[in-house]
Amino acid sequence: MTTVEFEAGRSPARSTPRLLRLPRPDRARLLPFAVPLALVLLWQAGSSLGLISDRVMPSPAAVAQAFWSEASDGSLGHNILVSGARALAGLAIGGSIGFLLGIANGVSKLSEQLTDTTLQMIRTIPHLAMIPLVILWFGIGEEAKLFLTSLGVLFPIYLNTYHGVRNVDRGLIEMGRIYGMSNGSLFTKVIFPGALPSIFVGLRYALGIMWLTLIVSESIAASSGIGYMANNAREFMMTDVVVLALVIYAVLGKLADVIARALERWTLSWNVAYQR
Amino acid sequence: MSIAPFNPTLSLLHQPETTHTAEPAAPETGPVRAAALRLKGVEKSFGSNRVLRGIDLEIPAGQFIAIVGKSGCGKSTLLRLLVGLETASGGDIAFEDEQGRKIAPEARIVFQEPRLLPWFNVIDNVGVGLGEGVSREEARRRAEHVLWEMHLRNKALDWPASLSGGQRQRVALARALVSRPGFLALDEPLGALDALTRISMQQLVARVWRELGFTAVLVTHDVAEAVHLADRVIVLDEGRITLDLDVPHPHPRKHGDPELALLEGRLLSAILGTS
Repeated sequence: MTTVEFEAGRSPARSTPRLLRLPRPDRARLLPFAVPLALVLLWQAGSSLGLISDRVMPSPAAVAQAFWSEASDGSLGHNILVSGARALAGLAIGGSIGFLLGIANGVSKLSEQLTDTTLQMIRTIPHLAMIPLVILWFGIGEEAKLFLTSLGVLFPIYLNTYHGVRNVDRGLIEMGRIYGMSNGSLFTKVIFPGALPSIFVGLRYALGIMWLTLIVSESIAASSGIGYMANNAREFMMTDVVVLALVIYAVLGKLADVIARALERWTLSWNVAYQR
Repeated sequence: MSIAPFNPTLSLLHQPETTHTAEPAAPETGPVRAAALRLKGVEKSFGSNRVLRGIDLEIPAGQFIAIVGKSGCGKSTLLRLLVGLETASGGDIAFEDEQGRKIAPEARIVFQEPRLLPWFNVIDNVGVGLGEGVSREEARRRAEHVLWEMHLRNKALDWPASLSGGQRQRVALARALVSRPGFLALDEPLGALDALTRISMQQLVARVWRELGFTAVLVTHDVAEAVHLADRVIVLDEGRITLDLDVPHPHPRKHGDPELALLEGRLLSAILGTS
């Protein structure tokens, strides 16, 4: 293996590509971007050679230009802020409800018997199928998007929190009780940290659903946001702006995941699975 | 938040790896008040299954008593009754001080698994043993002292996941003893350890018991371990005490002592029913 040889102080083979010869941490950080970069280059080459029609798919350069023109008049920044705020508000509301229900049903048999069946029934309805009803209820205002996003993120967070609480080692809970922990500190010292790895799985899953729901609801009815920007561009056949919107969704999605992962590594540093 | 990374302010951070010699200032905890236990007609049933059938037992303060028996003889259930993890179906369990006055049971238990909180470092895990109402600084100070006693002071800031099995069990013992309890229950605490680690753990248990003077009840299936550690060994069979044997040999005891081996043989034949 190249890295082993390198660490052992032997000179790497001359034919090794530059990226692979970088010190290990740098390499690990850069390597994941190699494939996206190669795809963009390939795409640009295809467009420049006329293999890809501009009507079907604008070139990366055209998308970059669209980015510049949208960014320079401030509309792009505004749209990103609007979409971001909607996404976070939905995550905060739906996530909190899912988290609280997951905790309650995880620790209380009564609460579980009361609400779990209902939640499982609602969960099986695809939340996007509720769009017609939601428009009837809320019209096309902010409430509709907030409602749908909240509903979408609620279930992954609920299920994983519940599952996490249920799977906390019973032996640790028994230990906590022997050492006289109150219910409060049993929760903060044993149950919550024990459920945290599972809660993070729910959060990362919820982030995906959050963007998905937002894109759909912004495309249907909105007067601002990335989804509106894309939909508006479609009416004027501005393919470059449509693609720009997709790129921005991808970047925002990745950003959310990076933040969630960093949070995960920081809070779960005790767990060997998250140690680097 | 309890899961936030620990801010290293303790003196022990700056100690070299092997420093066990300097004793940290002993906290003002007062002497251990060993508890005497008095069991009268203790019964325990799970459904129609009678696990304990009338146990009468008096354990004087400061005694080290071992309970041995086959699996399912009720020894672990008896221990769980003593520390209040189960409630007796009948009979009475009383804790008394050395003057014979009733006291509130202050029981600590070490299980076969260490049951450490993986998200707390070693010193905070030991601090759990002090219960509520002790400030974080005070808990750290006392935990540091008991870790020093267990030769674990240089592991204070490590995660439990990075310790060996024997070290984890020592942390569990430290957690049980940090509050200086009058009564310690040991539920096969060395059962999951390898043979050599088990011997050094037995020496550690014997040493802290001699130094602190609490009353100890050890449940084990290892007759040699029982004979090595305890003043008195009780054999339990189908929920009844079938043998109550004193082990008067002075501590510290040597492994392989022929007199102890003789006692071991007697106990084994009592357990296996071949006299």
